[in-house]
Amino acid sequence: MNPPIQQTLPPIARKQRLAVFKFASCDGCQLSLLDCEDELLAVAEAVEIAYFLEASSHFEPGPYDVALVEGSITTPHDAERIQEVRRQSRFLVTIGACATSGGIQSLKNWADHQEFLRCVYARPEYISTLNDSTAIADHVTVDFELRGCPINRHQLLEVLKSLISGRRPRTPTHSVCLDCKRRGTVCVEVAQGIPCLGPITQTGCGAICPSYDRGCYGCYGPAAQPNCDSLTSQYLNTGSTHETLIPLLHNFNADSPPFRDAGNRLRQSAVLDSSGGRP
Amino acid sequence: MDCGTEVRRTEFLPTDQLSTLIATLRADGFRTIGPTIDQGAIIYDEIESADELPRGWTDRQEAGKYRLEKRDDDAYFGYVVGPHSWKRFLFPPSAVVATADRGDAGWDLRTPDHEPPRYAFLGVRACEIAAMKVQDRVFLEGPYVDPIYKKRRDAAFIVAVNCTQAASTCFCTSMQTGPRCKGGFDLALTEIDGGFIIESGSAAGDDVLQRLPTAPADETAFARAESARQQAVDQITKTMDAEGLRDLLLQNLDHPRWDEVATRCLSCTNCTMVCPTCFCSSVSEVSDLTGDHVERHRQWDSCFNIDFSYMNGGVVRNGIRSRYRQWLTHKLASWHDQFDTSGCVGCGRCITWCPVEIDLTEEVAAIRRSPGDPSRPAADTESKP
Ligand code: SF4
Ligand code: SF4
Ligand code: SF4
Repeated sequence: MNPPIQQTLPPIARKQRLAVFKFASCDGCQLSLLDCEDELLAVAEAVEIAYFLEASSHFEPGPYDVALVEGSITTPHDAERIQEVRRQSRFLVTIGACATSGGIQSLKNWADHQEFLRCVYARPEYISTLNDSTAIADHVTVDFELRGCPINRHQLLEVLKSLISGRRPRTPTHSVCLDCKRRGTVCVEVAQGIPCLGPITQTGCGAICPSYDRGCYGCYGPAAQPNCDSLTSQYLNTGSTHETLIPLLHNFNADSPPFRDAGNRLRQSAVLDSSGGRP
Repeated sequence: MDCGTEVRRTEFLPTDQLSTLIATLRADGFRTIGPTIDQGAIIYDEIESADELPRGWTDRQEAGKYRLEKRDDDAYFGYVVGPHSWKRFLFPPSAVVATADRGDAGWDLRTPDHEPPRYAFLGVRACEIAAMKVQDRVFLEGPYVDPIYKKRRDAAFIVAVNCTQAASTCFCTSMQTGPRCKGGFDLALTEIDGGFIIESGSAAGDDVLQRLPTAPADETAFARAESARQQAVDQITKTMDAEGLRDLLLQNLDHPRWDEVATRCLSCTNCTMVCPTCFCSSVSEVSDLTGDHVERHRQWDSCFNIDFSYMNGGVVRNGIRSRYRQWLTHKLASWHDQFDTSGCVGCGRCITWCPVEIDLTEEVAAIRRSPGDPSRPAADTESKP
């Protein structure tokens, strides 16, 4: 046995104050926090949960040390509210695809949202929404992004641990493929011809979908420096169609710039194809 | 394991006695790992009997594509190497290398030293033995010995299989690593009609062999085995000219081909992960919420991961061109300086498992076709990221 080393970390002066805010979203990411069953008590002990409506109707006013922000901005009211959240928060972390890239609801950015309102609501004039669903970072400075739809609770715990110990969170930015290989999953693209976004998608989920014989659908958004066009032209050359690939990219992270632009280029080339190569 | 290069004894093992070989190894306390079908491919996993081997199956491989197919015979080893390699057992994808616990008296630091299983690998191909020898140089023969690798490697029993066919991606003949196993095994099999020619290559191999229900191998069996092995040689079509490759690549660090391959490469890491010689890992400290228990985790990593070249202040290889070039020039050039061998054994995995069909032999050939000025010194400065 090695002799013990006489050294301890300085005690933290006071508990960090945590707040969780919700914008346009399904609540799934916030639930990941409640889902940390085993660690939840330790979390509650280590930080002061000052604002978390999903868990408690009791809330404390700001300022907060860390704000976890879920959801995208889709209404004029939320566009103002996020400014106030930013003012009250020292370190702002977006959680999930909605907050980080606008979410699945950003599909409306490609459509006429007035038409949606007319279809869905009996009295659309009472609804006040914006044309687009946008990421939190389009409105205020974001200190850290936690990706995923929903986020991974291990990564959430990493954020909380880093907050407690006063360091920056560490989450990998490499492709999903690296995790497929670590866990021994056979590539579904190469062995089964399933179009998979893994090579251009940031890891975080632990490569779940390919382990169930499904292609990755990019719910963690683009990996660092994604080469989207190389992947889409490979898939087009090996039998995938525009009809499969456009919704694959324009999905949970439709409005993240690399996926948005690559999908838009496919839309354009689909138009060219169907008009016999003429614009 | 003794890496003797001589065949010490040769016998004939009837097909139905392959199970006896597996049972004998298991009775000797080995965990037997062999080829088996899973997820649409032939992978390496624990097998308990010959019934779990991919009997009657084969693989069709080309750049970016792998498919299983039925054979028209019931051969046990009628395929080549697949997505897995033995490195996942010798150099595990993730491992805890140290732990620290905070107590009243300070930190208690420990190195976990669980006894790893004793593995018997069944169906190791010649290029894979060569790959183990490359990793031996990296993990065992340098100034730092990797204890995790060493324990597993020392205890492993290797049953090699001589290839009797090759895939379109194989080029072991160019790298002089196969297809014939010339050592580095305990036992080696060549599959022929009705059974196997079984050779022992070590004392441990002799010991197992003399307990198997073998028969003497006759001239016909030898001739059949020879022609089966020749069939693999004849099927190899891919080549990579290894002559002067180190200098060629290092003199062409600014070749336009690097820009071209960077437009296709996804920097996805697949090639490095499937490569049986790639050995990179990263180490990180993982704590619990209180910070009282900390573990140091080691995981496979890759030069294609942008964070892998992160140093204080920034990323060194901040572009796909730079990362692809790092991979290829390390594997085929600077590996020679570092380990006195090529890092490539010609198994073809990186070609098959690249989602966008990048083939390193084509990249090398393209640079060879139009090399830059060889009088230029082999630059090690990166003029362009
Ligand atoms: S299955 Fe998808 S994520 Fe996994 S290795 Fe293949 S392409 Fe990459
Ligand atoms: S570089 Fe490719 S062909 Fe060479 S040993 Fe690695 S995976 Fe096999
Ligand atoms: S060469 Fe192929 S497998 Fe390797 S990183 Fe590039 S795209 Fe991925």
